[in-house]
This record gives sequence, C-alpha cells and structure tokens, in this order.
Amino acid sequence: MSWIDIGHIDDVPLRGARLVKTPVGCVAVFRTAEDQVFAASNSCPHKGGPLSEGIVHGTKVTCPLHNWVFSLETGEAQGADAGRIATYPVRIEGKRILIDAASVGKKAAA
Amino acid sequence: MTKKLVVIGAGMASGRALEHLFETDAGAYDVTLFNAEPRGNYNRLMLSPVLSGEKTYEQIVTHDDRWYAEHNVTCRFGEKVARIDRARKVVVGEKGEVPYDKLLIATGSTPFMIPLPGHDLDGVIAYRDLEDTERMIGLGATPGAKAVVIGGGLLGLEAAAGMAARGVEVTVVHIMGHLMERQLDEAAGYLLRKALVDKGIHVRCSANSRQILGDGTGHVRALLLDDGTELPCDLLVMAVGIRPSVALAKEAGLEVARGVTVDDHMVTSDPDVLALGECVEHNGALFGLVAPLYDQARVVARTLLEDTAHFVAREVSTKLKVTGCDLFSAGDFAEGEGREDIVFRDPARGVYKRLVLEGNRIVGAVMYGDTADGNWFYGLMKDGEDVSGMRDTLIFGPAYQGGAAADPMAAVAALPADAEICGCNGVCKGRIVEAIQGGAGTLDAVRAQTKASNSCGTCTGLVEQVLAVTLGDDFVMPAAKSVCGCTDLTHEDLRRLIKLQELKSQPAVWQELGWTTPNGCHVCRPAVNFYLLADWPLDYQDDPQSRFVNERNHANIQKDGTYSVMPRMWGGMTDPKELIAIAQAAEKYGAAVKVTGGQRIDLLGVKKEDLPGIWADLNAAGMVSGHAYSKGLRTVKTCVGSDWCRFGTQDSTGLGIRLEKKLWGSWTPHKVKLAVSGCPRNCAEATCKDVGIVCVDSGYQVGVGGAAGMDVKETERLVDVKTEDEAIEWTAAFIQLYRENAKYLDRPYKWIAKVGLDWVKAVLADPAERAALNERFELSQSVYRKDPWAEHVHNRADRYQPIADITLEAAE
Repeated sequence: MSWIDIGHIDDVPLRGARLVKTPVGCVAVFRTAEDQVFAASNSCPHKGGPLSEGIVHGTKVTCPLHNWVFSLETGEAQGADAGRIATYPVRIEGKRILIDAASVGKKAAA
Repeated sequence: MTKKLVVIGAGMASGRALEHLFETDAGAYDVTLFNAEPRGNYNRLMLSPVLSGEKTYEQIVTHDDRWYAEHNVTCRFGEKVARIDRARKVVVGEKGEVPYDKLLIATGSTPFMIPLPGHDLDGVIAYRDLEDTERMIGLGATPGAKAVVIGGGLLGLEAAAGMAARGVEVTVVHIMGHLMERQLDEAAGYLLRKALVDKGIHVRCSANSRQILGDGTGHVRALLLDDGTELPCDLLVMAVGIRPSVALAKEAGLEVARGVTVDDHMVTSDPDVLALGECVEHNGALFGLVAPLYDQARVVARTLLEDTAHFVAREVSTKLKVTGCDLFSAGDFAEGEGREDIVFRDPARGVYKRLVLEGNRIVGAVMYGDTADGNWFYGLMKDGEDVSGMRDTLIFGPAYQGGAAADPMAAVAALPADAEICGCNGVCKGRIVEAIQGGAGTLDAVRAQTKASNSCGTCTGLVEQVLAVTLGDDFVMPAAKSVCGCTDLTHEDLRRLIKLQELKSQPAVWQELGWTTPNGCHVCRPAVNFYLLADWPLDYQDDPQSRFVNERNHANIQKDGTYSVMPRMWGGMTDPKELIAIAQAAEKYGAAVKVTGGQRIDLLGVKKEDLPGIWADLNAAGMVSGHAYSKGLRTVKTCVGSDWCRFGTQDSTGLGIRLEKKLWGSWTPHKVKLAVSGCPRNCAEATCKDVGIVCVDSGYQVGVGGAAGMDVKETERLVDVKTEDEAIEWTAAFIQLYRENAKYLDRPYKWIAKVGLDWVKAVLADPAERAALNERFELSQSVYRKDPWAEHVHNRADRYQPIADITLEAAE
C-alpha cells in the first residue's frame, strides 16, 4: 500500500470528522473517543446525507439526515436498515493520519 | 579467556540483564558499567513513593556498591561516554577507553521537554531521576509553594500527587480531554480526576500551554495557557513523554529508527552490539513500561551466552502509584468490530470495570476503584483463555465462577428483612415490604413512603423486584420509556439525578448513572449535553460533538448538503445597510433568497466551505446569527404597533426587540418562537407561539404553550401584566422554568401538558421564585448570549474546510 499524509490527528475533532477531497470523491475521516481513526464514504446510501456531519458514538456514526447508523469498521448499516458505505484503509503514524492512496483512486507517486 | 562486556547505562533493564548473566554463568564476562548519573542502579518506578515520602532513596536502591564489587563489575559512574569506536571495538569514556568483545547499549530515554517559550528557565524540570525528585521534595519545605505539572499521564499524576502530599498546591495541565487517555477510557478518567480533585489537586483538561513566564531573574513565575489563564508556580514539571536516547548509537553508525533497531535476540545492526530498554525499537514498537524490559533483559543474557532466545512483545498492564487512586489498565480497550464490552459500574462506591472481549477472549481491561481482580483478568488475557463458559459472571471476578446461574427474583426473595436495598437512604427490605403491605403498590408510592431509590436511583430495579415478589401477579412493571438503549432511566429521572447528584460532565453522567455504552449514542448525547449546560452553565462546557449538525455548524443543512444562513433581524426590523449587505452576500455566495414566516431573510444554498466567509461579511455589517437552526430562541415576530398602526395600543415592536435581545443565544429543550402583537387583531400571530404577548390598552396579555406545527394549538393565558418590564420578567422566568424542567425535544406546549399549566402558574406567581429564575437565566446568558458566527470565524474557520485535498496531485 502507498500511504499519503492527510493531516494531524488533532485536526479532526474528538468524536467528529473532517473531509478529504480525493479522486473518488469526498471521503470522511472519523476520530472516535478512543482516538481511533476511520475513513469512509461521506455519502449515506439512503438519501446522500453527509456522514461527516453525523454524531460519532463508539465506532459508529449516525447520518444527520435520517439517523441511519453505520459501523465505521465494516461500513455496514446497523439495525433494521440495509446498506453499506465504502471504507478506506487509514492509519496513524505518530500523530499523523495516513490514507491508502490507491484505494481512493490516486496513482502511486511517480 | 574471559570476554569483555561493556554496558552503557546502569538502569533497571541493564541491571536485570546483568543479574541474569551472573546467575547463569558468573565468569563468562568481565563487565565494565558506565553510568552518567553518579550512582548505580535504583528502582526508578519507586521514585514516586520517595517523592510522596512513603519510601526513602536507600530503600529503592537495587544494586549497591557491594553487589557490584561481588560480581567484579568495574563501575565508571558519573562518567559520560563520549563515543563508540566500532572499528577498534572500544568505548571512549571521558576518562579513557575500554575495549569490548560485546557491547550492551542501555542508554534509556530522555524526557521530552516541550519547546515552549521559557522552557529553559530555572525551576522548569522533568521527572526522571533522583535530582528531579529532590527538587520536588525541596519545594514541599516551602510554605505556600505552588507547582504546575504539564502532562496528565502516569508520571505527571504521580509527580502531582507526590508534591500535593508534601503540602504543595499543585495544578495539572493536560492537553487531552481526560487524564491518562492512553491507559484509561473517559469513564475511568473521570473517576480518577474526581479522586485527585478530592486530594486538593487542581486539574485542567483540554488545556493548551502557551508560554512559561519568568520572574525577571531567570526563575519560573507562572504558566500561561492559550485561554489567557496564568497559573502561578514556583516549580514547573514537564511530564509529557520520553524519547529514546539514541545519540551515541547513531553516531556510531548503528541502524536507528525512533529507537536503536534490534532483532528478536536484542542484537543491533552490529552483531557484537546489543541494546535493550527504553532506547530500543523492536518491530516498530518502543517500550516505556518495565515488564517488557525485564523480558528483554532475559533475552540479552541468553544471547550474550550464545544461547538462543526470542523477545516477544506482550500485553502490559499499568497501575498508578498514587495512594487512594486504585486503577488498572491492560491490553487494548478500543472498541472494534467483533469486540464486545462488559461494563460494570457501582456509582455509590465509585467503581468502574470494563472488559473488552474479542472471540471469547479478553483483549483489554480497564478498572477503577476496585482493582483486586485486575491480575486475574490480566492472566486470562495473557493466556488467551476462552471465557465463554463464565461470561455471565466474568466481570465479578474469580470469586463468582462456578455454581448455578442465579435467578434474580429468587435472590431477592431470599434476602432477609434487614438486608439493605437502598444504600443512599438506608432502607432495608423489611421496610419496603411493610410499605407495600400497607398499600404502596407502585414504585412511586414506595419511593414516596420509604425514600428507597429516591436518590441515586440505581436500586430502582431491586425495589421493583421486591414489589414483584411481595405483590405477586398484582404487580405490573411500569413501562416507563427510557432515554435510549444506553440507559434504563427516563428523561425525567435523568434530569432529576443530574441536579441531585450535581453531575457536571458527560463522563460523570455515564459513570454515576450506569450507562451501558462507553460514550452514549446519537439519541442520548444531545439530550445529556443540553441538560448539563442548562443546569450547570458555568461548570459545563457545551460539546459541539454531541450536537446535531445544524447546531454544530450554526446553519441549517439542506437536502443537497448545502446550508441556509439566516441573520437575526431584531423584532423583524431591518434597514437599508443590512439589506445591502444581505444582497451582496447572496450575490457573492450564489445564495437563493427567501423571506421567512419569522420576519427574516433566509439565504439558501451556501456551501459549507463558504460559511465562515458569509458570516464574516454579515458580521461586518453588524448582523449576528439568527439561530434559525437551534433548539433555542428563534425569532420574535412583531407588528408595527403604536409606532405606526392606528389601532396599536402599545409599542409591540419595541417590546419584541427587547425580548429578543434578552433571550437570544439561549439553548432550550426545543425551539422557542415568540411574537408580540400590538392589539387583539393579532397581526403578529402571537396566539400560536411558544410565548405570545398580545398588547391591550391596559397592558400585556402573556400567553404560553401555543403551536402551529404538527399540532396546532392556541396559547393559554399565563398572566396579564401592566408594564413591559413585567412582561419581560414573566417571559424570561417561564423560559427558564422550561429550560430547567422540560424533557429534551418537548416544545413548551408538550411540557405544559405534562406538568399542568396550574403548576407553572403557581411557581411563577411567587415573585421571589420569578426573580430567582430570572437570575439563573441571566447567569446562563452571561455564557451564551454571544454570536456563534463571529466566534467560529475567529477560532475555527479551518474546521469548515476539507482537512486535505489529494485530487490535484493525482491529476498529473
């Protein structure tokens, strides 16, 4: 995998998210209360709600438009709703957040 | 011939390695030991008990002069090593060279000093060695001495507690939201904080240090925080972390990453040079706790004796050595897919236990208050034992394993009459049964008569079981609706308990009220956030991450992800200057323009990135947020009143503006809309508002509890008053009563339906009560009556932009 630095962990609010613009569209980068970081599609499969604006609880996020809940680890909708959001490999090195370049449609650096 | 071993650094790791070496083959090596500190090995972990006065330095020495002499170790203490010459295989000390066959690098780590302005002042120290400890002990001898500790991790807290025990006034400044965030979750961090505060230690979390201030003679005077607070101190201790000391190894050309790179045998990139301890990096990991270092020491001794051994990093556990703060942390307690939590909370005793399970194995444990079973859990975790067979009782520890599963009803039935059910109020089972047999057939009746479950509420389930056992089939469990799946409490109980127990933070609520999830969910978090800020405006800080998107971004999200922006128009009045600014903003940001029913102008279709820009433009024209997005005061609609209208009886516009200026910015359980009509023709439609005032010749008719949404409801008369001031006083008192008592997301009409308008009237009829409500409202407004737009433009405009844009480079 080829990792790209997208920012410092403190740039993402605790129990919050920020957006990254990528070739595959806007990707939401989430930070949980336990300082875990996840990257997933910003768009809810239900009505396209911006998931980066949802409330982050545990390792889940609730869509701000109609309260669909998604696991940030698997991307699966929770409870009675059926659907899935794309997730992308992301990791922390020191205090920097790195995202897997290839998975978000970026060619490896020449 | 005996080989020569040179060891650089006499610390706990190298000391243990030498012990193993001599035990196995005492004559294998001639050992020379360098140490920069002018002494041999002592137990650094025990510096904290030395600091607090529970131990002396002599008691923590692990290897004294006699030990070194017995094992023929040549000690070069107080002498620094200048360099390592690998080509000639010699170590160059300040007082001469020593040749080696094998070299062991154990240089440990150095404390990381934040390069704040003033970090080189006298009186700014780390917490690392005996010298630092003695500085802190010395401070305790000065009456009225103050100290600041930067860093709320293990070491920082031990330093703080130690100094506090010696009478120093200590403040801990921690950058993260809770203490020891690497070892503890929020709930345990909350309990720890509470215990430290009880010891008289001041704790400031989420606090950024800006500068260390001197007194003019080169000595530290105070720490200045980002928010402008100055914390005076005679000593400032930085305990923010350590860095491997790798300078010697690096100069010698050894492979160094963050630490000196070693393989499984603890050998560096040079086969004759080994390394261990806090200076090494193994498989990308660094080491700061003692357990893995001792494992490394064992491996080093075997490798030196040409035996094969492998170092395997393992889970470690942590305990804080502060008397009276019992905590235990081991493994990984982050949530994860396939991971499950078992949480046990006993609010009355301040106990919190959390086990993290994955595939029927324990992978993490956090405990506070009662850590007796910590090592048992740690053992199960280390051994990877399958715990599925004892899962139901696992959290209660080894004493509860085995035996038949218990029926809770049978257990309650078997309790003797003098068994205590309610610990808070000291109510035993016999007293409850007596009350039930005397006719108290419901939980509320038992609560009213005996006070059982009337305080912390955690015994509610038990009381219900006593009811069920006593009444048999006559008892119907009440189907009160809980806030959400995270708790069994209703909103009403939650509010009552937050006030009663003076819970002032979200982790306090989760812990003391036994939340079953680590940090709530999207249903309870906004409610808890509101209750806390409504009840404790000065103590609790609003948490944007517990708010719905509109309130977090101070704009209304639309179905396409854009936002609408609506500036406040006081009482529906505007002027050409404001209208020009609105028109220019609409043009600049491509917004659609809509006149609203609340007598304001809405700008629709603004992109999130543009929000700080449009706000700054509107602010520049003197406009502030209209809070058209909040569970708070929205708008005060008015007619033109006696200023213009030939029927107007009073200055309805002026009253509307005064009300809006008093109430704006306040958060309420649900949105609040007001209107003031200048005469009974009611052009401002005041009779379907949450508070609607109709002016009449003799004064003002204040009505409350109207609605014109999913339900349509006419207001009911609260009071008739003679003056504007009285109308405002009654309105603010009503809003504050609603803020303090209503369930989150109940509009006033729903709340009034529950408590009864008569109750509201009775409370507000008392002038003293009205004055007190007004006072509490003003106290809250001292925090919240301000423009969030201006604040976001100044402090967090960057949060509205993407964190990164990686599309551009990819286009090549």
